[in-house]
Amino acid sequence: MSEAILSVEHLTMRFGGLIAVNDLSFEARRGEITAVIGPNGAGKTTVFNCITGFYKPSQGRITMRHADGRTHLLERLPDFRIAQVAKVARTFQNIRLFSGMTVLENLLVAQHNPLMSASGWSIGGILGLPSYGRAERRAIEKAAYWLDKCGLTDRADDPAGDLSYGPQRALEIARAMCTDPELLCLDEPAAGLNPRESLVLNDLLRFIRKEHGTSLLLIEHDMSVVMEISDHVVVLDYGIKISDGAPAAVREDPKVIAAYLGVDDSEVEKVEAEVGL
Amino acid sequence: MPLDTAPAAPSPVARAMKDALFAAIIAVGVFGPLLAFKTTQDMQNRLIVEPRWDLLAVVVLLVWAGRFLLSLWRSRVQPETTAAIGSHLLWGLVPPTVRVVIRNGLPPAALVALFVYPMMILSLTGGSGALKWIDNFGIQILIYVMLAWGLNIVVGLAGLLDLGYVAFYAVGAYAYALIATKVIPATFPGLGVWAFWICLPIAGILAAFWGVLLGFPVLRLRGDYLAIVTLAFGEIIRLVLINWTAFSNGYEGISTIPRPSFFGVPFNASDSGFAARFGFEFSPVHRTIFLYYVIVCLALLTAWVSNRLRKLPVGRAWEALREDEIACRSLGINTVNTKLTAFAIGAMFGGFAGSFFAARQGFISPESFTFMESAVILAIVVLGGMGSLIGTAIAAVAMIGGTELLRELDWLKAIFGNDFDPAQYRMLIFGLAMVAIMVWKPRGFVSTRMPTAFLKSRRAVSSDHVKEGHG
Repeated sequence: MSEAILSVEHLTMRFGGLIAVNDLSFEARRGEITAVIGPNGAGKTTVFNCITGFYKPSQGRITMRHADGRTHLLERLPDFRIAQVAKVARTFQNIRLFSGMTVLENLLVAQHNPLMSASGWSIGGILGLPSYGRAERRAIEKAAYWLDKCGLTDRADDPAGDLSYGPQRALEIARAMCTDPELLCLDEPAAGLNPRESLVLNDLLRFIRKEHGTSLLLIEHDMSVVMEISDHVVVLDYGIKISDGAPAAVREDPKVIAAYLGVDDSEVEKVEAEVGL
Repeated sequence: MPLDTAPAAPSPVARAMKDALFAAIIAVGVFGPLLAFKTTQDMQNRLIVEPRWDLLAVVVLLVWAGRFLLSLWRSRVQPETTAAIGSHLLWGLVPPTVRVVIRNGLPPAALVALFVYPMMILSLTGGSGALKWIDNFGIQILIYVMLAWGLNIVVGLAGLLDLGYVAFYAVGAYAYALIATKVIPATFPGLGVWAFWICLPIAGILAAFWGVLLGFPVLRLRGDYLAIVTLAFGEIIRLVLINWTAFSNGYEGISTIPRPSFFGVPFNASDSGFAARFGFEFSPVHRTIFLYYVIVCLALLTAWVSNRLRKLPVGRAWEALREDEIACRSLGINTVNTKLTAFAIGAMFGGFAGSFFAARQGFISPESFTFMESAVILAIVVLGGMGSLIGTAIAAVAMIGGTELLRELDWLKAIFGNDFDPAQYRMLIFGLAMVAIMVWKPRGFVSTRMPTAFLKSRRAVSSDHVKEGHG
């Protein structure tokens, strides 16, 4: 078993009186695909927003361990530093592309930080130094590589808003990958995809993990995706972790079945006692 | 029932006729009480009603004819939107090959025209008449082109609605005026002739500094809130300039601001002046022509820099910020710095323009930096198509040139009688023109966006996808 790339310890997120996530601890291991599942409103996206810095957790610690041994405490970093320094990239449940920019430009924006230093914080770029030209050509090559992987090469010069839903999802993943992340967080990547597109997505995610060594953390409702590709599943319900383990084990867990399907009236008390309510 | 018994659709002409008839009836109702009766005094000073049926008939007839033609034309081009019709009407008549030539040839042609314009005017009108055409039309329009290009960085690219842009224009103008009239004479009087060239960069830097200063408090604001704070900022600067008389001399403003020199050679009738030095006969038009070329260069610098920046990562980050700020942050873009650079660079060009304005006028007061100026500059940017340099330039020519031209409408007196003052209708005509353009082209003259990079071919992005920005 490989070491943990992301450790979430005692994470609690309160919104006023509402406790969206309560004392959650789990780990995502390097090179694995970890899925966070749970019924609607279980707090999955809140966990994601805490990890990627869009929310500041009320309590708890989120540690990111890089392959070279550096660690970052994500709850202390501002959101843009989490992508820039801690190398955690994310996608969004409701797709957030730059719809008025072309597909290629979307991927170039994702390479902002390396390009920015190559352009000498714009000064060298304004003067037209050749080093920036080279950096931009490399950036376009990298974008072209990811376009090829997502099957979007033909659409490179179309506005991102022109793509249909499936390709937009793929482009968002490609854009996140252009930031060279060590951990890629995907918020419902298969939502709205048809079964065929789901299969293509599975292949893309496996490719990302295998060829780029990027670990994945994903929220998903589509069980065919979760059971098919994930190595490790964390189940949330009402902000509490109710199960954690290999997909096959989680699937058999009575608490998970109870959370998703409910239980017979006769068993309610027993299950409640088990879950700790 | 066979299908052919379905009532035939009325012919377009009949429909248009019916439509026009309704419009005419409404026109009678609306204009009847207003136009048909006029109260005047007769010889015995009694108030009498004078019917004006002929006038009413003319107006109603005009409405009828206009509505008839409009609905006839609409029915011909039913499936297209009015916006599409507008662009097709002019552009569609042009064959595609000619279109490419126009598109590629327009910028260089405009550039050449820009440089020969003062010479052309001079040879056409001679001495005194040229002054008005170069100054009121040339320089005045170019100042606004430059301001609009500067504001375009903030509003058009970064999508941050700034209603207080005139503040930076004022900062630049007062920076030049105060340094040139107070600081330089007190410290290095010998540098007096170089004052403009020394102060130009200082004014730009100061304005950029104020841009950052404005940027900080508004970083978290969006939309209406951002607009209100920037508006207030513009007013604060103006009110400080009015009330801090020890600093800015209040309403009286600052006069006798040194005029720019020809790189150290002053424009005067003395032996060391420009005319004597270069063997011309002295004429005030020399300075005006020189100022014209200075503002041409400043405006082109603005265009060049903003065009260059757009293709750099910082420019892409501005546009990405306009499209989706949250996505920007998830990609590791420091949105704080990105916004501040947009404010600072936009403000810097405003500062350059301000210092040029002070040098050209020789006198400035807070009156020149009212909210109206901000509104005009913003209107130019919006009218031009947000983000487009050429569209913005066209809009500036139309708006500023148009309002200047309205001063020249004395011939209208021949039609409407001697007590008609066209200048009083300027804002009315101006407003109508803006409404018309926004109906015709809701996203401005140039409503497409050119991508900054391409893999195979550069294709314009339709405005349907491009966002206006949330701020």
